[in-house]
Amino acid sequence: MYRTDMYEGMLAETVTVSGHNGDAIGAYFARPLGEGPFPGVVLIHHLPGWDEFYRETTRRFAHHGYAAISPNLYHREGHGTPEDVAAMVRADGGVPDEQVVGDVVASARVLRGLPTSNGKVGVIGTCSGGRHTVLVASRSTEFDAAVDCWGGRVVMPEDELTEKLPVAPIDYTADLAAPLLGLFGADDASPSPEQVAQHEEALREHGKEYEFHMYEGAGHGFFYWNRPAYRIDQAMDGWDKVWDFFGRHLSS
Amino acid sequence: MCTMIAEIARIEGSGKGARGWIPIDRANVTYDHPFQLAVEHSLNIDFVNAAEGPDSRIAVELHPSSARALVRAIEEALARGVAQTGEV
Repeated sequence: MYRTDMYEGMLAETVTVSGHNGDAIGAYFARPLGEGPFPGVVLIHHLPGWDEFYRETTRRFAHHGYAAISPNLYHREGHGTPEDVAAMVRADGGVPDEQVVGDVVASARVLRGLPTSNGKVGVIGTCSGGRHTVLVASRSTEFDAAVDCWGGRVVMPEDELTEKLPVAPIDYTADLAAPLLGLFGADDASPSPEQVAQHEEALREHGKEYEFHMYEGAGHGFFYWNRPAYRIDQAMDGWDKVWDFFGRHLSS
Repeated sequence: MCTMIAEIARIEGSGKGARGWIPIDRANVTYDHPFQLAVEHSLNIDFVNAAEGPDSRIAVELHPSSARALVRAIEEALARGVAQTGEV
């Protein structure tokens, strides 16, 4: 909790990370100044791209005492405005799941390797990044806590599987290696409340630690303050749940 | 939701954007989140030059009903043009 007599400072900058297959990718990195120790959080951006919302949210995590990094998952697609790059990816069916896992795990290792690290690293994502969060928390053991914000396509019918998205993340539930917080809107179509219930059933069946919250009066993307989907009460409560969850699981 | 609905049309033409006129060779038609239009999903058309990189893009985001109106207008103009000129 910030007090008015506290010192506060952060360093926020673009860095290069050695991502999947050793590829150099850009990442936005924000960390509190000071000796720490600080927990780390990887932020997985959404389909609309590596945009201002993610840079701002990365800084927000630093403000809350986390070393935070958001890798540019679309780095290999070329450079331009975040919208132009994301539009290209949108038309090409997204980026491969395996590549995302590699990029996110590499980012987590950067955080864990910091001299100020407390050894704990969480992961959070919204929209497609929420799906990726479930995926990476299941495909690696790098994470101590995971937050899925309205990730669609965790549950995927056979006809939605593609070469880039070959497996539905729900099918990896047995391997989920981190406590999972899920925030969802009751008016969302993907994930629908039925799909969230299906995911919850799988988590229960495999004895996984999780907590899901379904918000009435909210749809997809209710944290996005610049979109009509924004819902202030649900967003404020959701952020409280994020800070509480990471606070419990990522503290020293 | 991210629908991942995308249809690609190979086309030949020119488009004018922030960089002036560029040759365009693809129309990426998606039904997914818009970047600017204040709805959850829209019919998006990106006229692009695939070889020139991400910023070679002329973009529109349309309400679905507007997209249908656009389709009708294109079909009508094409039909009248072909009838008048005999071109295909």
